[in-house]
Amino acid sequence: MKILSPADKKKNTVCNLIMFAALIAVLIYIDATSLSVDMIVKVLQKGCVYAIVVVSMNLLNGFTGLFSLGQAGFMLIGAYMYSVFSVDNASREMVYSFSGKPVINFQLPIIVAIILAGLAAALFSFLIGLPVLKLKSDYLAIATLGFAEILRTIIQWDKFGRVTNGSFPISQLNTFKARLADTAFAKMSFVIPFFIVAVICIGIITLMIHSTYGRAFKAIRDDEVAAEAMGINLAKHKMISFVTSSFFAGIGGALYAVFVGSTNAAPFTSALTYEILLIVVIGGIGSITGSILASFLYIASQEWWLRGLDSGTFMGITSPIFRNGFRLVVFSVIIMIFVLFFRNGIMGDREFSSLGIYRAIKNLPGKIAGKFKKSKAEVQE
Amino acid sequence: MDYLLAGISVGGQYALIAIGYTMVYGILRLINFAHGDIFMVAGLIMVYATTAMPLYLSIPFVLLVTVIIGVTIERVAYKPLRSAPRMSVMISAIGVSYTLQNIALYATGGLAKVYPTIPFLSNTVKIFGATTKWVTVITPVLTIALVLGLVAIIKFTKIGIAMRAVSKDFETSQLMGVKINRVISMTFVIGSFLAAVGSILYFSNYPSVVPTSGSMPGLKSFVAAVFGGIGSIPGAVVGAFIIGICENLIRAVSIGGVSLTPFSDAFTFALLIVILCVKPSGLFGEKVTDKV
Amino acid sequence: MKKIFAAILCVAAICASFAGCGGSSSSSDTIKIGIFEPASGANGAGGKQETLGVKYAHDVQPTVEIDGKTYKIELVEVDNQSADDKAVTAAAELVNKKVSVVLGSYGSSVSIAASPTFKEANIPAIGITCTNPQVTENNKHYFRICFLDPFQGSVLAKYAWDNGVKTAYTLAELGNAYDLGLASSFKTAFEKLGGKVVAENFPTNQADFTSYITNAKNSGAQAIFAPTSISYAQLIIEAAATQGLKIPLYAGDTWDSNVILAAAKGKDVEINVTTFYQEGGNKEFDDGFKKWLNADSSRLTNNGGNDIVSAVSAMGYDSYFTALEAIKAAKSGDAQKIMDALWNVDYTGVTGQIKFDSVNGDAQRTVAYIKAADNTTGEWKFVKEQGVN
Repeated sequence: MKILSPADKKKNTVCNLIMFAALIAVLIYIDATSLSVDMIVKVLQKGCVYAIVVVSMNLLNGFTGLFSLGQAGFMLIGAYMYSVFSVDNASREMVYSFSGKPVINFQLPIIVAIILAGLAAALFSFLIGLPVLKLKSDYLAIATLGFAEILRTIIQWDKFGRVTNGSFPISQLNTFKARLADTAFAKMSFVIPFFIVAVICIGIITLMIHSTYGRAFKAIRDDEVAAEAMGINLAKHKMISFVTSSFFAGIGGALYAVFVGSTNAAPFTSALTYEILLIVVIGGIGSITGSILASFLYIASQEWWLRGLDSGTFMGITSPIFRNGFRLVVFSVIIMIFVLFFRNGIMGDREFSSLGIYRAIKNLPGKIAGKFKKSKAEVQE
Repeated sequence: MDYLLAGISVGGQYALIAIGYTMVYGILRLINFAHGDIFMVAGLIMVYATTAMPLYLSIPFVLLVTVIIGVTIERVAYKPLRSAPRMSVMISAIGVSYTLQNIALYATGGLAKVYPTIPFLSNTVKIFGATTKWVTVITPVLTIALVLGLVAIIKFTKIGIAMRAVSKDFETSQLMGVKINRVISMTFVIGSFLAAVGSILYFSNYPSVVPTSGSMPGLKSFVAAVFGGIGSIPGAVVGAFIIGICENLIRAVSIGGVSLTPFSDAFTFALLIVILCVKPSGLFGEKVTDKV
Repeated sequence: MKKIFAAILCVAAICASFAGCGGSSSSSDTIKIGIFEPASGANGAGGKQETLGVKYAHDVQPTVEIDGKTYKIELVEVDNQSADDKAVTAAAELVNKKVSVVLGSYGSSVSIAASPTFKEANIPAIGITCTNPQVTENNKHYFRICFLDPFQGSVLAKYAWDNGVKTAYTLAELGNAYDLGLASSFKTAFEKLGGKVVAENFPTNQADFTSYITNAKNSGAQAIFAPTSISYAQLIIEAAATQGLKIPLYAGDTWDSNVILAAAKGKDVEINVTTFYQEGGNKEFDDGFKKWLNADSSRLTNNGGNDIVSAVSAMGYDSYFTALEAIKAAKSGDAQKIMDALWNVDYTGVTGQIKFDSVNGDAQRTVAYIKAADNTTGEWKFVKEQGVN
C-alpha cells in the first residue's frame, strides 16, 4: 500500500466523505422513491448480502491464503439460527405443522437474532477449525467442503425437525419491514438496513486487515514458514481468520434469510460456495473494494441486466439461441475469461480510493489535451 | 448380500473416476474439480450419440470425444496457469466445472435425459440369491482389468516412466528432457478415457442424466482417491471399493430404530475428514515433506 | 488495459439494462399474466409441462372482453430455476413488468419464497400444483386450484388400506418439502387407519436405489410410497424392476408424467399415482391440446417427447381460465380488484370445479383420480376416483 503524504491524507479524507455522502444520498433517494418490489431494490439488497459473504471469504482466501470452501455451511448455520428465532408467533404452529411442536417458541428482536446467527457460525467454525486448519491447501478445501455437506444433512434430518423444521421451509420470518410497519418508515423500500449491516460488517473486516492481525495474515499468506520464523503463531492466527470469516458468513446467511423471507437448507450447497469464490476472483483476490464491486455487478447482471438472454430478446436482438440457460452459459464464459486472462480480477490487490477517482477526473482534461497535442504533432510530422 | 453387491458395483465405478483424480493430482498437484463433470458430459454425449448412430459406433465415439474434451480442457484452462499459484489453477478447475454444468443445462433444457439401454449390460441376472443387472457383475471385473493394464503402462512403457518421473519431481524431470506437456496430456487422455468407461457403466445402471449427475460421484471418487492415498493408483481402487461398500452398508443399519439412510453421503465426508486428520497420506500414499 | 476492459463491461451492462427495460412498456388494452414457473433445476420438467398448459389456454382464448371492450392478454414468463433465492428476483421481475395476476409455481418452496414479493406488490397469485399448506396459509393474496398434501396423503393411505396393504414403506428425498410433506401426511393417515409405516429418506443427488429397494423388501412392506420428483422416479423404477420388486409403487401427482410411463414401459413394476386429471376426462381439451403440441416440435420436446397429456398441463389450462374469470368479474386489469374478485370465482374446468374456500383461498377438492401405468402400452389406465372416506 502506498503511504500518503499528510496533504494527500487530508484530501483523501475529504474525498471519502464526499463519496460517502453521495452514496447515502443516492440510497435515501432510492429508498424513498422505489417500491420494495422494484428490481433495483431486490438487486441492491441481494448485493449487500453477497458483499458481506464475499468479503468474508476474501479475508480467508485472499488475505490469509487459507483455501476454505465451507462458506455455504456457515451461511446455512446463520440462516437457520436467525430463522428459528424469528418465526412470527402467530404462524409458528402452522410453519411447523409437519414436524411437531416447535421447541423454540419465542421471537427475538431482529438485530439480536442476526448477531446470534454470526456467533453460532463462529462457534461451529471454531469446532471445525480445531482439526481441519492443520491441513494443507487443497486438503483444507475439500475438508471444509465436506463439513458444509454434513451440516446440511444434519439440519435437514427429521429428528431435529422440532427445531429446524427438518426439510420443510421456515417461512413467515421477521423482516425489517414487518418490524417498522407502524412507523413512519413503513413506506420505505428497506435498502438502507441491508446497507447498514453490510457497512458495519465490511468496516470491521477492513479494520482487522489494517491491524497487526491483518499484517500477520498477509505474512502467513505470503510464506508460512517465514511467518512462523518471525514469531507469528500460525495456529492462533489461522483460527482467528477462520472464525472471523465464518462469523460474517453467518451474518450474511441471516441477512440472506431476511432477504428471501423464508429459509430452506436446499440452496446452501457447494454450488453456492463456488459462486461466491468466483465473485472473489472477479473482484480480485485480496481487494475489499474489488469484492464489493464484483458482488453488486455480479448480482445485477445475473438477476437483472442479462435476464434478456434467457427470454429471447437481448439488447434488441431476438434470436433462437437466447433460450433458457443461455444466461448461465454467457456467465460461465465471462468467469473463465477472468480466471484465465484477468487473473487479478477487476481490482487486483489494490483498493479503490475516492482520491484516485478525484485525481483521474482532475487530470482528465490535461490528458485529453495532451493526446490531442500529440496527435496534432504526429500530423505535422 | 444385495447391499454388498451394490457396494462392489458402485465401488468399481468410483474407482474408474478416482484414477483420473489421483493421476492428475500426482502429476500436477491439482484437484481437477471438473473431472466429475467430464463424466457427466460423457453420459450426455452417449444420449445424443445413440440417436444419430448405431450402438457399436456410438460407444467408441463417446470414448473418443470424451478424451478430446479432457485434453482440450487441460490445454485451455490449466496449461496457461502452469506457473500461477496453486489456488488459481484450482479456481480455474471450479470454473470449468461450472461452465460444463451450465452448458449441459443449456443443451438439455433442464430436462433429465434417459440413458440408452445397452443390450446385455442391462439384462438382469441372478447370483447368490440377489437379482441384479449384468453391468453390476461386469463392473468390478472390468475395473480390475483396466487397472492392471494401466499399471502395466506405467511400469513398462516409456511414457509411463516419464509420468513417474514427473510426479516425483516436476522441475528436475523437465531438466532431464521429459516432455512435460506430452506427459500431462497423456494423463488427461487416460483419466478421461476411464471416466468415459465409468460413465457407460454407471449410467447403464442408473439411467438418468442431469447436469448435476457428475458432482456427487465426482466428490465421492475424490474422497476415495484421498482415502487410498492420493497419487497412488492401487490406493484409489481400494479406497473406491471400500467407500462404495460402506455407503451401501450404512443404509442397512439402524441404531435404536433410527434409520441412518439420510447420512450415507455425510458418512463419506466424515470418513474423509477423519482420514485427513489422522493419516493425511491415506492408505498407500507417500509421506510428503515440505521443502522451503 | 484492465481498466478499459472493466469500463467496457460496465457500459455493456448498463446498455443491457436499458434494453431490458425497453421491452416492458405496455399499452392500455393489454392485460399481463405472469407465469412463475421453473424451466431449469430439479423441477424443470414439471414446470415446463405446466407452462405448456397455460400457453395452450392462451392460444385458445387470447383475449378477454370487459364492458364491450376487448383486451389482449399477454403472457410474461420467468424462470425461477427451482431455487428459493432466484425465486425472489424472478418474482420481482414479474412485478416490474406490471403483471396483473401470477400463475404458478410447480414446487412449493419457490412459491413460499416468492409470496412476500407478490404480497408487497399487491398482486394475486394462483398456485397451480404447489401442494404444501404453507403456500396459502395466512396469505390473502395466494390462491391455489389444487388439493393439499394432507389431502393427497390421506387419499393414498385410504387407497392402500382398501387394497389390503398393512405395512407401507415411504421413500422421500431429504431436503425436499414436497416429498416429505406427502410422506408425512401419508404416515399420519395410514397409521390412523391402523397400518404400519417404515419411513426412509435419501440424500439429494442419489442415483443408487438398490439398497433402498432391498430395505423395503426386508421391512415386509406390501407397498412402497415414493412421492419423489421425476428424475429420481426414473431411477427408483429402474432399481425396482432390476430387483424384481413384487409390491406396487405408489406416488403423488409428480409421477403423473409421460417420463414415468417411458421408464415403466416393458418393465414388471406396478405403479399407481394420484392425480388432478385423467386423460380422457375431457375429450375436447385432450384433442385440442394434442393437436397444439404436435404443431410445434419445441412444444413436444418440452412435454417430454410425446403428446401424452399430463395432469399439470390440464391444471395449467384451468388456472389460466380461472384468472380470466376473475378478470371478467373484476371488470378490470387492476391487480387489487382481481384479488378481491378471486374469492368469489366459481369455475368448472377440465379438472373439475374450482371454488376457493374463504379462509386461505384453497380450492375445495374432495376427490382425486387414481391411475395406474400400463407396462405394455406405456399409457395410463384409469383406476378410480378416490376420496378420503
